[in-house]
Amino acid sequence: MAMAPLETKIAAANGSVRQRQLIIILLVAVALSAAPFLIYPMFLINVLCFALFACAFNLVMGYSGLLSFGHAAFFGSAAYISGYCAKTMGLPAELAILVATSCSVVLGLIFGWVAIRKQGIYFGMITLAMAQVVYFIAVQAPFTGGEDGLQGVPRKALVSAMAPMSDRQSYFFVLAFFLIGFCIIYRIVHSPFGHILRSIKENETRAASLGYDVDRIKLIAFTLSATLSGMAGAVKAIGFQLATLTDVEFFMSGEVVLMVLVGGLATMTGPVLGAAIIIAMQYYLSEFGIWVKALHGMIFIVCVMAFRRGIVGEIGAYLSRRRGASD
Amino acid sequence: MMSIFSMPADVFLGQLLLGLINGSFYAILSLGLAVIFGLLQIINFTHGAQYMMGAFVAWMLLHYFGIGYWPALILSPIIVGSLGVLLERTMFRKLYNLDHIYGFLLTYGVALVVESAFRAQYGVSGQPYRPPNALSGIIDLDFMVLPIYRLWVVAASIVVCAATWIVIEKTKLGAYLRAATEKPVLLRAFGVNVPRMIMITYGFGVGLAALAGVLAAPIYQVSAIMGGNIMPVIFAVVVIGGMGSIGGAILTGFGLGILEAFAKLLYPPAASTVIFIAMIIILTVRPAGLFGRTR
Repeated sequence: MAMAPLETKIAAANGSVRQRQLIIILLVAVALSAAPFLIYPMFLINVLCFALFACAFNLVMGYSGLLSFGHAAFFGSAAYISGYCAKTMGLPAELAILVATSCSVVLGLIFGWVAIRKQGIYFGMITLAMAQVVYFIAVQAPFTGGEDGLQGVPRKALVSAMAPMSDRQSYFFVLAFFLIGFCIIYRIVHSPFGHILRSIKENETRAASLGYDVDRIKLIAFTLSATLSGMAGAVKAIGFQLATLTDVEFFMSGEVVLMVLVGGLATMTGPVLGAAIIIAMQYYLSEFGIWVKALHGMIFIVCVMAFRRGIVGEIGAYLSRRRGASD
Repeated sequence: MMSIFSMPADVFLGQLLLGLINGSFYAILSLGLAVIFGLLQIINFTHGAQYMMGAFVAWMLLHYFGIGYWPALILSPIIVGSLGVLLERTMFRKLYNLDHIYGFLLTYGVALVVESAFRAQYGVSGQPYRPPNALSGIIDLDFMVLPIYRLWVVAASIVVCAATWIVIEKTKLGAYLRAATEKPVLLRAFGVNVPRMIMITYGFGVGLAALAGVLAAPIYQVSAIMGGNIMPVIFAVVVIGGMGSIGGAILTGFGLGILEAFAKLLYPPAASTVIFIAMIIILTVRPAGLFGRTR
């Protein structure tokens, strides 16, 4: 007899949660469609590309506990490849992105295969060293344009019938790829595979003793992350019409770590927020030049010393504390 | 003309010397990194910045105070090492109980701050620093000319590395150090002040980096980006040598310097990547590195 009210309570609670989720999704959709009319679209394109990059990176750093210091290799090389396909070969933007993303799969497999054999702290050093190979190839290869990079990449897509897209159209083009990537990452994190990943992060030995092939699962996660990072870079080369050495250099690998750290490790929205903050800082503080890098360093120090959960992580912890207190 | 490996002898020896010089810096830097990692379990990403600071402190001593090379060779490591100790006291100490990833990230953040500050102040173009009179000049060996300063760098680095190796592997102090690496809690129970040992070790490792910086100042120009550029190479050296091995770091440092020099001769575009490619190959064959032990 006492069960009935409880069940209805749960059903009602589920209903209200679903309703709330629906409202949030609607609000976000409105905000995303209105954004390019209120804010400079190129800035938003930049934020979306780096947000996707950071979310993809979070898949290894946040959910798998692997600190890669070489993710710029995927982002940057894909930017070059997609820029080259669109500019020199005249492929439509979607195809250029597809080609570049496929190359990231291969690169991710190679990096992962070499680095995952080594535990923990080595992982960062090895991925960093491997990314340097990609960087030097980008410096020396004839098709990357050296110091100038690839400039003026055409924004001609199949969806625009090969006509050049305006900034605002490009924003929606980039947004589509961002949403695809974000949904893929959401699915991965909330799938059984995502749970295994987290269990490996928490206690690798136990996960192995339960019969999971730990190295293989890590390799899959790493390759998925590399692929999506590559997609972010490929989309960025189209949306921003530019692929340069900055995308592939090792400072970029550090920057994506910072975005995830600021926003919140192992949260879905943290990397998006982190990317927005870091990109906004670069935009609005650009007059301070090199001091912005010093500021990045200081934020790194503050995050590591006092703020390890990141913004979204801290908010989440605060909310669950409050909920715990009110019950 | 005599020839070695189908190269003229002067080219061969010239390249060997060049490799040994780069290798000297790789060896000292990776040695410092290995010593620090051994005890603190932290990958000191600030190492490159501390190497750069070593060179800059030497330059500043000369530029602002008129203090020359020889005193700088001692003063600079002490100054930079003390700053390292300060860093360890105020920050690292709070991270020892956390995932090692955080130590890595913290040192990266510190490196970013230091390098950007120096770049903002001095730009990226190098400041010249002349070698002392006693070491400038050349030796003419008939088939090649040797700048004396470069010979001095190789000799100094071999002496420093050998001395460090002897202290760590053969003395009682070194035995304490190795014990602290293996079982810090047990060593504390014997009444050894392990936190102080950690602090001194970090200061020493940083001092080594600064010493390499002073040695490098007359060869490469003193610039804010000299440390950031060398860091990935040092990581590769340490990984190839095997993280736990002091001797491995030294030998690998010299070996890879030579490998790099010959790559430059045989196929110039490969010079910047050959070390990383060597790392990939060695890791696939020996996952623990050349001299490392699998745990």
